[in-house]
Amino acid sequence: MSIAHEFEYERAATLAEALGWLAKPGTMALAGGTDLIAWLRDGAVTPKRVVDVKGIPELQGIAKERGGRWLRVGAAVPLAEVVESELVREVAPELAEAASMMASVGVRNRGTVAGNICSAVPCCDCGPALLVLGAEVVVAGKGGERRVGIDDWFLGPRKTALKLGELVTGIRIPIRAHWGAFAKLKRYRGEDLAQASAAVSVSEKGEWRVALGSVGPVPMRSPAAEKALSGKDAGKLSAADFEQAGEAAAQEARPITDIRSSETYRRLMTAVLVKRAAAQAVARRAGKGVELGVNVMEED
Amino acid sequence: MKAKEIVVMVNGERRRLSVRANETLLEALRGGLGVHSPKEGCGRGDCGACTVLLDGKAVRSCLVLAMEAEGREVTTVEGVGGGKMHAVQEECLARNVFQCGFCAPGMILAAAALLERNPEPSKKEVREALAGNLCRCTGYEPIVEAVMAAAKRRQASKVEGQRSKVGGRKG
Repeated sequence: MSIAHEFEYERAATLAEALGWLAKPGTMALAGGTDLIAWLRDGAVTPKRVVDVKGIPELQGIAKERGGRWLRVGAAVPLAEVVESELVREVAPELAEAASMMASVGVRNRGTVAGNICSAVPCCDCGPALLVLGAEVVVAGKGGERRVGIDDWFLGPRKTALKLGELVTGIRIPIRAHWGAFAKLKRYRGEDLAQASAAVSVSEKGEWRVALGSVGPVPMRSPAAEKALSGKDAGKLSAADFEQAGEAAAQEARPITDIRSSETYRRLMTAVLVKRAAAQAVARRAGKGVELGVNVMEED
Repeated sequence: MKAKEIVVMVNGERRRLSVRANETLLEALRGGLGVHSPKEGCGRGDCGACTVLLDGKAVRSCLVLAMEAEGREVTTVEGVGGGKMHAVQEECLARNVFQCGFCAPGMILAAAALLERNPEPSKKEVREALAGNLCRCTGYEPIVEAVMAAAKRRQASKVEGQRSKVGGRKG
């Protein structure tokens, strides 16, 4: 099926050029296009023009920032590079793991982390991972650069803190010693959107973070699950503790029924996702976890 | 909406064509360029039938605007073997792995791209690489087997090539 809607295509070579285009009403940014082009075809978006931003130098690369306290992932970096990046796997294992479970190789070769959180659908897999990482979204606009904490990023389904005329240039992830895991429930193996997902991390100091995807209008932290896991030496947590954290997360989840799953199933499975992801984070802490990218919801 | 003249390298050949902004690479290949091996299945990136290699990477040509491909290299199944058949194609043919064949171009390209970045994949890695290419005939197993065999064959011929080089130097 063709794209019926007519629009102009512009390729921005520089950030200034892209911002110039984005300042004009009816302009949408195009990076990997894996959501945008499908939405154009559906008629879900009807821009006057799309501006291709993936060649802009500021949007490239994965590197530690000067000072070594943050990792920066450029907004144009395809998910496949995030999955394979040694830096991301070390600093942000939850993100590499989430990215590895998204769609298929052919989509991951084009789609980006920035695009995933700009599309901001409730089932976006990067959301929970970035929430437990405490990431910041770097946004360029007319007045210069601003940073938005990931907690303040998601405003609703397909709604973010990005303002008209702004462009995401990258994601900053604080570097801190921790272990993490991402788990995703799908209808079948292979490519599917999440019915529910969870990212869990535990720091060297024993700080737990739990975030949920696809069980509310936006990806969300679960303070109750975090509380259930905190206070004990992570190495001494038992199956009952993980179970309790899962139950707490399920209580906090706000799922709906849709084509992929019922509300009840999402809630019940949130408990399982959090339980398994937390156990996996602890196992990885002990050097005994499964390889990054192996989904604990698909155990053989 | 203006049409624009672009140049794309298709299977090693410079091709000039006129495209509109809302035309996908898939439409440009099948329409303006007459390359019919990439198929439109779902038209939204789920089925993999439209897979082509864009600068060597497997992508969904239904989710690429034709204008994005300007100045870039597009490889379809006709060019993946560089003038002869690719090892994946040979193994697929020898084992008669396809039935209707609609998924074949996409499958072959996804597999060929995998072997470029990972010449000795495990069966699990092959499955993951092909997970986005849907086939409704075969149950996948014969295709996975063919890709494993192609990897083995390529490795064997590489070793053979190195041996003959070493032998040549001795002689």
